[in-house]
Amino acid sequence: MTSYGSYRQLRLAPQRSGVSKALSKDSPLWRLDWILLVAALALSAGSSLLVWSATRGRDSLTHGDPQYFLYRHLTNFVVGLVLCAVVIAIGSRRFRTIVPFLYVGVIVLLLATLSPLGSTINGAHSWIQLGGGFSIQPAEFAKLAIVLAMAVVLADQVDAGEQEFPSHRAVFRALLWAGLPMAIVLLMPDAGSVMVMAAIVLGILLGSGAANRWVLGLLVAGTAGCVAIWKFGLLSQYQIDRFAAFANPQLDPNGVGYNTAQARIAIGSGGLTGKGLFHGTQTVGQFVPEQQTDFVFTVAGEELGFVGALAIIALVGVILWRACRIARQATDLYGTIVAAGVIAWLSFQAFENIGMCLGIMPVAGIPLPFVSYGGSSMFANWLAIGLLQAVRSQRPIAA
Amino acid sequence: MSNIPETGRTRRVTIRLVVLQILVLSLLATLGGRLWYLQIRNAKEYTAKATGNHIREVVEPAVRGEILDASGRVLAGNETRLVVSVSRTSLLQQKDGGKGVLARLAEVLGMPAKDVQEKVRLCDAKTSQPCWNGSPYQPIPVTKEATTQQAMQIMERREDFPGVTAQPTAVRRYTGAEGANMAQVLGYLSPVTDAEVSKTADKTGLDRYLPADQIGRAGLESVYDRDLRGTAGITKLEVDNLGRVIGTAGTVAPQTGDNLVTSIDARVQKVVEDNLGQAMADARNTFDKVTNRNYEADSGAAVVMDVHTGRIIAMASAPTYDPNLWVGGISGKDYQSLTSKESNFPLLNRAIQGQSAPGSTFKVISTTAAVQAGYSLDGHYDCPKSMTIGGREFKNFESENFGQISLEKALEVSCDTVFYGLAYDQWMKDGGIKPKKDPGDWFFKTAHQFGLGAKTGIDLPSEVPGRVPDRQWKQTFYDNNKDAWCAQGQKGGNSYSDQIARENCVDGYQMRAGDAVNFAIGQGDTLVTPVQMARIYSALANGGTFYRPTIAKAVMSPGGDVVREIAPQADAKFPGDDKLLSYIDQATESVIKSGTAAWKFNGWPQDKIALHAKTGTAEVEGKQTTSWLTTYSKDYAVVMTISQGGTGSGGSGDAIRRIYQALYGVDDKGAIDNGKALLPAPQAELPKFNPDGTAIIKQASYGTQAPAAAPAVAPAPLDPAAAQPAPAAAFLDQAPPTDRPASYTAADAALEPVRGPGRGRA
Repeated sequence: MTSYGSYRQLRLAPQRSGVSKALSKDSPLWRLDWILLVAALALSAGSSLLVWSATRGRDSLTHGDPQYFLYRHLTNFVVGLVLCAVVIAIGSRRFRTIVPFLYVGVIVLLLATLSPLGSTINGAHSWIQLGGGFSIQPAEFAKLAIVLAMAVVLADQVDAGEQEFPSHRAVFRALLWAGLPMAIVLLMPDAGSVMVMAAIVLGILLGSGAANRWVLGLLVAGTAGCVAIWKFGLLSQYQIDRFAAFANPQLDPNGVGYNTAQARIAIGSGGLTGKGLFHGTQTVGQFVPEQQTDFVFTVAGEELGFVGALAIIALVGVILWRACRIARQATDLYGTIVAAGVIAWLSFQAFENIGMCLGIMPVAGIPLPFVSYGGSSMFANWLAIGLLQAVRSQRPIAA
Repeated sequence: MSNIPETGRTRRVTIRLVVLQILVLSLLATLGGRLWYLQIRNAKEYTAKATGNHIREVVEPAVRGEILDASGRVLAGNETRLVVSVSRTSLLQQKDGGKGVLARLAEVLGMPAKDVQEKVRLCDAKTSQPCWNGSPYQPIPVTKEATTQQAMQIMERREDFPGVTAQPTAVRRYTGAEGANMAQVLGYLSPVTDAEVSKTADKTGLDRYLPADQIGRAGLESVYDRDLRGTAGITKLEVDNLGRVIGTAGTVAPQTGDNLVTSIDARVQKVVEDNLGQAMADARNTFDKVTNRNYEADSGAAVVMDVHTGRIIAMASAPTYDPNLWVGGISGKDYQSLTSKESNFPLLNRAIQGQSAPGSTFKVISTTAAVQAGYSLDGHYDCPKSMTIGGREFKNFESENFGQISLEKALEVSCDTVFYGLAYDQWMKDGGIKPKKDPGDWFFKTAHQFGLGAKTGIDLPSEVPGRVPDRQWKQTFYDNNKDAWCAQGQKGGNSYSDQIARENCVDGYQMRAGDAVNFAIGQGDTLVTPVQMARIYSALANGGTFYRPTIAKAVMSPGGDVVREIAPQADAKFPGDDKLLSYIDQATESVIKSGTAAWKFNGWPQDKIALHAKTGTAEVEGKQTTSWLTTYSKDYAVVMTISQGGTGSGGSGDAIRRIYQALYGVDDKGAIDNGKALLPAPQAELPKFNPDGTAIIKQASYGTQAPAAAPAVAPAPLDPAAAQPAPAAAFLDQAPPTDRPASYTAADAALEPVRGPGRGRA
């Protein structure tokens, strides 16, 4: 690490003009992971076409304006970008200090969702209507809060040099911090989001270097929890139906299995190069429900074909690859844990969402990161990119 | 900071991160693999499903080709009717769901609003008729009989009637050209069933039945359905998940079906139908001395065949019906009446589906069989008034004794005992009741050689083969009925049928002497169809070639080009030499000149137009006799049979004479006027057509009595009464036969060892 010295040197360099400062080697712009950024930008920008295609004919949703969802999706995207820039500007170290406030804020929002302020969509009481057609889904931010809270708790002693690995006590506390929002979300009930959070917890324990017994123990506990939920009927009927339809796709294709059957028809009929944007018969005919949100991947599959759909998977892959790189190169355990949490979050969510469209995972109301229409999801995803960039900005420049 | 690296990672964390990375990679690879499986490997399956999802087909039926007679007269054509249809797709786009449109439409059409609404609602489990059973994307016909005025009102106020169309649509019309009915030959159409549509859904072209198709179900309409049907036009509509139309994915225009030119001459057909009807009416006014009541003449058939080709020039079956009953869907009441016993099943084409014993018309076969068996044409054979065979007396007709006569004379006077003798002689030679290993069976063999017991292969559906009761048939019949006979016999009853059952139980498989001799005069279990007899007598006329009977001559495109010709097909040769043929020719001519039919052909110009005939009067147990008259001239074979119609000449003689009179332009006194002849020679060439598709009907060089108007333009309304005179309206205008009273008695029947049809005479 010969560059360490030059890093110091540059930090001490005299002040320069704005443009040259932005282009100088120590500028935050140089420190960004541009490949990660471009991949996320491409995914978000491209997805606006898919959301547009999925909604431009749905008069009941668009109130007659075919570009309604396109504009809103782009707006969400821009807001997400701004949030991302803010996080980068704050920097990883400083951000770490405000995590407790964020955490408390998210918990308050989650509780507000359960209160009469919240509203129910698709059987889950997980939205807060803000008026003007805007609403937020606090569970999306809760994922972020879990990543950050666990990172803070687990990395505290290690980054201070007091421990080589997170102590049992730290792990226990971290799990408590994660458990609180999960419990609230489960009450909504939004089992899909809880599944994502469980994946995040598992990923974080893995990445933090917590003792093996914690990782294994959590796996066992998670499995037992699933069995218990099933046995004691904690799932609502629509969730049981979704699993039934997943287990037997031929079951009642006009009823429970309708969504998945239509999604598979849309994707399968796309073939190698697709039917062309705005020319998907399944999409134009509105055969796939929730197509701009949970089933947005089917638009790509049908209209852009194998090439387009694989491009989406590839872009997600690039984001995850860069995130893994950032996790490995982080200068402190906090950074590694944040990156690992984001990896677990995005990878599980992408796998579950695309897998559901492809019929290899049961249906759950989970958005496809950066692609599905939805402000909260888009904001949370771009905040995650901001966190990754902030972690990376901390490391020595030549790495 | 002891041993913690600058990067904040321990070795354990690094390993864990690698594990995480591998996990992520495998998840992504899984997605990629599954994506390939769906989009590349199974793309076809899902593409088909997507198409099925969003494409709905609207079928525009093709105009069906016409069935024409030999000169191009339209026998089955199309009539333009104004059909008012409503598109549900458009209705549902209306704010009130189309209620206003339907109300206005009902008012214009003068129908109750409720009726219109019910006609356009879709059938489902809870909705019963009236309702629309077809595709919801198909325009739904509200009425097929709109007036021009109503159509104008609708078309002029388009904005008031969105989705409503008033279109001229082709509907099948059996024209009754020249007054001919031909119901059974033409057949009929009916709509495809749902089952047929779904069964052929994955086929293409003519193999696929579409929801609006009408399919030929009988007669020529059925046999040549693929030629006539044409190709329906299909408009592919794109629909969304709620079935709303969002676009059109292509239109194929309908193609009119080809026309079928037949060898039928509508004018001759009319004459044949009228004379069959007249003959039956006459028979019903004739007293039957055997049964002590008038003849019932319950059914009949007549065939006119071109002897040189086997083509059918006329084919009539009685009772008949109005084929237009089927147009636009037959009503339940009409269908019931057409298939009921009271109407005597007018749907049957008795020329090919009616079978009865041929009686003495069979004797040309017996004569050929005798010659084949080695008997000399120059020999003389005893014709006593009766013969005792197997302990039973077989009487000659009227118990006449002609002494020693030639075979020619035996045919002319229809002497039964000559043929009894020959058949008995042969039966004995074959071993009698204990047949030798390889019996000659000349009579049965010859019958098969003449095509009896087999379908002629005529281009009409559901032809029956008739029956030759040979040894093989007897064995099969015995095997099938033995148990029933034995059971009946064991009851110990003493009735006639009980006695026969007992007898049959023991040795019913045996070819007895009585069976053999009965067969020689076309009685016993022998069954033939009129078309089989027409084919046989055509062969006698044409020098010995058995042609396959055909009705269709050619398939022609709507533009008048020949698509395919249906050539005459020779199936078999007469199993004897020319000497035998001319011998039979002479004998059958004698029947006209001095034999059993002479009394009906007084004054016929036999020297100019030589006719040949054989009469037949077949016994049927429990019924009156079947009248058969089989005749031929140089060019035509004319065969008529009437069930319970009396004697051959008495029942059908006048009718057949009048048919020949019409064909050759002969008047009642025997004067020939070529100008009045309908068809002095069969028409060989195909009709020619005007550019507009109507036929150029030649005012035949001989001239005709037929009206000159082109039949295609104004189809004459069919009058069923013309084809089937009501019994009450007809009365006898010919002298009843007095020289040959029936003499068959119940006592004769009691002597018979046969089961079904009894002994023959005449």
